[in-house]
Amino acid sequence: MSLTAVSTTARLPDLSRVPAVDEVGVNERVARFQSRSIKTTAKAEALRMILSMIDLTTLEGQDTPGKVRQLCQKAIHLHDSIPGLPHVAAVCVYPNMVAVAREALEGHDINIASVATAFPSGMSSLEVKLDDTRMAVDAGANEIDMVISRGAFLAGEYAYVFDEIAAIKEACGDAHLKVILETGELGTLDRVRRASVLAMHAGADFIKTSTGKIQPAATMQVTLVMLQAIRDYFYETGRMVGMKPAGGISTSKLAIHYLVMLRETLGQAWMTPEWFRFGASSLANDVLMQIARQATGVYQSADYFSKD
Amino acid sequence: MATPENKLAFDGGWDYAPAPESTDHARIDKRYGLFIGGDFVSPEKGRYFDTINPANEQKLARVAKGSELDVDKAVKAARKAYAGPWGRMKAKERGKYVFRIARMIAERSREFAAIESLDGGKPIRESRDIDVPLASAHFFYYAGWADKLEYAFPGRRAKPLGVAGQIIPWNFPLLMAAWKLAPALACGNTVVLKPAETTPLTALKLAELIADADLPPGVVNVVTGAGDTGAAIVTHPGVDKIAFTGSTGVGRIIQRALAGTKKKYTLELGGKAANIIFADAAIDQAVEGIVNGIFFNQGHVCCAGSRLLVQESVADEVIQKLKDRMETLIVGDPLDKNTDIGAINSKMQLEKIDSYLEIGQQEGAEMYQSSVSVPKSGYWCRPTIFTGVAQSNRVVQEEIFGPVLAIQTFRSFDEAVEKANNTPYGLSGGVWTDKGAKIFKMTQSVRAGVIWANTFNKFDPTSPFGGYKESGVGREGGLHGLDAYVRLEA
Repeated sequence: MSLTAVSTTARLPDLSRVPAVDEVGVNERVARFQSRSIKTTAKAEALRMILSMIDLTTLEGQDTPGKVRQLCQKAIHLHDSIPGLPHVAAVCVYPNMVAVAREALEGHDINIASVATAFPSGMSSLEVKLDDTRMAVDAGANEIDMVISRGAFLAGEYAYVFDEIAAIKEACGDAHLKVILETGELGTLDRVRRASVLAMHAGADFIKTSTGKIQPAATMQVTLVMLQAIRDYFYETGRMVGMKPAGGISTSKLAIHYLVMLRETLGQAWMTPEWFRFGASSLANDVLMQIARQATGVYQSADYFSKD
Repeated sequence: MATPENKLAFDGGWDYAPAPESTDHARIDKRYGLFIGGDFVSPEKGRYFDTINPANEQKLARVAKGSELDVDKAVKAARKAYAGPWGRMKAKERGKYVFRIARMIAERSREFAAIESLDGGKPIRESRDIDVPLASAHFFYYAGWADKLEYAFPGRRAKPLGVAGQIIPWNFPLLMAAWKLAPALACGNTVVLKPAETTPLTALKLAELIADADLPPGVVNVVTGAGDTGAAIVTHPGVDKIAFTGSTGVGRIIQRALAGTKKKYTLELGGKAANIIFADAAIDQAVEGIVNGIFFNQGHVCCAGSRLLVQESVADEVIQKLKDRMETLIVGDPLDKNTDIGAINSKMQLEKIDSYLEIGQQEGAEMYQSSVSVPKSGYWCRPTIFTGVAQSNRVVQEEIFGPVLAIQTFRSFDEAVEKANNTPYGLSGGVWTDKGAKIFKMTQSVRAGVIWANTFNKFDPTSPFGGYKESGVGREGGLHGLDAYVRLEA
């Protein structure tokens, strides 16, 4: 297979030098993040930050233009009865829905992310994946969420996976590239760490845990390992890479734990939608309910929040 | 190495709001007497001392200063209980009392945790999640042994020793009381316990609990006071056994005083543990282990990993990561649920730690402290590391008992072992590597009572704990811990 346009500066790193990961230690560290008590002003601030970091997502076979338009409306108008709320960071759709989203979000500062590269399995040729990517970019996506070839990665064909990411990055042009590792299929935290390093060296702007189609999706454990890989890459190169846990984060409390983890691992520079995203569909409404509760002192019925 | 271009920033931006644990549920009396013969009684000489909150230097309560007369009274009460109801009680009944103490500590855990943090300065996260649950667990564990001693010592009969004098330190006040009381009671002894001068409150609350648990009067007596009160217990002829946890200096004095007597003793003394990190370790988890090793409980831990030995090829990486991790440690109000490092236990201890910070710099080491701000009043020490230290430096040789880490590098396995063992102490150690064989080789080479592999500062009632060399005599915890409180007959 011929790979085109591999970046001249990217080099496959020596993955044997990637530090080992001890799962017991990771679990302990995660438990410490979860024992942080986030109340009052810290909670209010966190909830708004979470909203601004959401990639509002619909990735169903049964998606329709109508549903995507509805999702885009939600992205702009999260809950207008509470004034001053931020909007989400992006909407995330399949490539054939990008044009619909583009039109619906016209004039708004909301990114359009599209999954590509034979999402979610990635079981296709590079040519098809490049076409998939170009189609999404041409339709107006400014963020591409690609999947890595897990089969090749698990088989130890690191150069193949590396070159593929680099080629997709090239095809993205100005669009940001998020590389989905699909950690639920990688099996061990050591592999998560190695795949993170590989993806960043190949040019990923973001690394992302999951497609949402495989269980387990995002966990705090894999996210911590990926954040630590991002930190080491930053130490080494000075380049910031973003992080996107996706799938399974549906409550405010859990999302706040992720922010605690982000703050204590990468520090303040990453605590913006530019560098951290939540890939989620139902998280937004839980956060809105919490914000309404902070404002009114009582929990409102879920029916007061639009389900899109 | 950190440069301006790749430096992480932890300041500013989103921060945690105060999350203080309420103390409304914690009852502290204005004044405490001595707990002797099942009642709180006034000290014979009528003297009291203040116990303060080290986080704000405010007085919490006045506590009786026990004299020789009081100690004598307590020992007599303990003897009477030993000769009487406790000594005659069937083992399975005795076990029930110990189980009851365990349950009641769990039931009152919130109050114990809050008072432990108020009196000693340790973060509520630790007193709530570690000290108090472990104290309860020790009573649960030893309660089970009470009627099964014949299985602990097959073919022999285990008899209690009589009256045990127990002197405990200020770093884990309730937990150390539990370590001492639980095996003593389970084996059928009676006890005179002296808590540390700066942290008497949870032992007094435990005395209240023991009274509420209906233990026969005199089985447990609590005599508060300072060093001379402890000395009166050690030298009292009516005491059959001394259990002491504290400094090696005081341990020596006790050992000298006990020489030539029939008293059995266990001493759990100081330490200067090496935490050894090999290049093939899981580095991020090892950094976490360094933090747990030296900054847990403000470094007031006899088994603290106060010396870091790191293989030279990863030394820069480990130190850079450690410095960034230190930036995220929150120092302050012990009652705040987000506090990682609380107050230094006493003014005296803070002065000792500060003197070592001076000594380290004078010895030519490079000192680094996190930039965290600390409160104005109270006793505080920022997390501190020394690099560029030599084996001969005092900050490497001597126990500081504070959040102060001395970092050395090594090249070979043998060099790591030599440095780790080159100390008068031998209480604990840590080894971090991804290779199982290296763990076993290291645990057989380092002369220390406890060696943790790929973790640090983990405690469990089933596991024996104690030191080699000047770190002590005897073991506490587990099956071994029973041995210290029984006389074995054929």
